[in-house]
This record gives sequence, structure tokens and C-alpha cells, in this order.
Amino acid sequence: MTVPVTIRLQRDDFDLATESARLTGTDTSIGAVVSFVGRCRGDEDGHAICALNLEHYPGMAEAEIARHVEEALTRWPLKGVTVIHRYGRIVPGDNIVLVLTASSHRQAAFAAAEFLMDYLKTRAPFWKSDERASGDRNWIDARDADDDAAARWDSAAH
Amino acid sequence: MKVLYFAWVRERIGKAEETIEPPAAVRTVGELIAWLASRGEEYARAFERPQVIRAAIDQTHVRADTAIAGAREIALFPPMTGG
Repeated sequence: MTVPVTIRLQRDDFDLATESARLTGTDTSIGAVVSFVGRCRGDEDGHAICALNLEHYPGMAEAEIARHVEEALTRWPLKGVTVIHRYGRIVPGDNIVLVLTASSHRQAAFAAAEFLMDYLKTRAPFWKSDERASGDRNWIDARDADDDAAARWDSAAH
Repeated sequence: MKVLYFAWVRERIGKAEETIEPPAAVRTVGELIAWLASRGEEYARAFERPQVIRAAIDQTHVRADTAIAGAREIALFPPMTGG
């Protein structure tokens, strides 16, 4: 049976409950759904911000996320995956990204959600800039900690 | 071939995409970046730290030593900050 996979890039917000219900449907073999919601913070690097602007590479962003979802499906016995990533202008408190993983048991769902987020941070072609109260705009620097988090899956024998 | 620029690479160059015809001696992504950097002040500034520039050929990540022959679309961009 094909595992249901949803990948969406959108300007608009998403609703966690709606997406979770859509993912599980009537499949009673799913015993675990892990959700991760990434949100826009009100500060970046010690500065208060008014908004984040997310730029992406249309086409490649979807393809790159799909490649990592495929990888997750080969590593863990998943019953469904949803990844929604927003782009455009996002204000503090608003959602940025949703990852949902469904499985019979929790371990696979937890691990796959973390794997997908670590790769989204470092490999999916998105770039954030912030808007500060002063009117300054500033590109957010990539964090070494994110590279390290993604790299640990490269050598992880599963 | 078509080249696409994103984030501060795009801003520094002042355009999101263009069609280029690099000389035959430019064989790899790294050599393409070096050649682009020689095209003017805005390019030099975009590629002043070539080691941080990431690249994709036809929407797949590639390393600097990857050959560009046959590429339809090459994208050059800073390290990604999604999620």
C-alpha cells in the first residue's frame, strides 16, 4: 500500500488539527502521530523583529522535501507524512512549518519527524530575512548547530 | 544555460536570473562561480566568499567540483535557513 504523503508550499497559514485528521483518515493501524510546528519568534539574534520574510526556490523546494520524505519512508515504518512550509511575510507568533509523521508506534514517528526537520533546516532551499523595528532588513545566518543536527543522520545506522 | 540567484546572492547581483554562456574553460560549479565573480563589482561582491556559496544543478544539490556540462538550470545561493 502506498503511504499517503502530502507536501505543500503555501503563503497561507495551516491548521494542525485539520492536517492531522486529513493524514490519519480512517486508518486505525496508526497508533502514533507526531507533529512539529515551527513558529516565528519575536526576536532574532537578540534583536526584536517585526516579521520574517521567507524566500524559496519554487520547484526545487518541493523536490528536495520529497527526496527527504522518501528517505524517511525507507528508514522508518511510517503510515503517512505531511510537510507544509510557508513562504512570504510571516509575523511573530505565526506558523512557519508543519511536519506530521504517522506510524503504528511512537518511536518511528518521533525519529522521522526529527529527521525531516533537521534536513528541512539545512537542505531545503528556503532563506529567511528579518525586518526590525528600525526598518533594517537582515538575512538570517545559517547555524552550525543545524548542520551538526542534520549530519548526525548521515552516519546513523538504522 | 540559465542561472538563478537567491537571497543575498540575488540582492547583491541585482537580478534573480539570467542566461549566460561561459567560456569552454569553465567546467565546474566552482569555476563558474569564479568566472561570474569576474563579471563586475556586483558579482564580485556576491561571490566574495565562494566557499559559502551553495549550488544546485537542475534542482538537485551539487558540490563545487561538479561538472556543469549539460546543465539546463544552475542555482547559486547562500546556506539555507528554512524550517
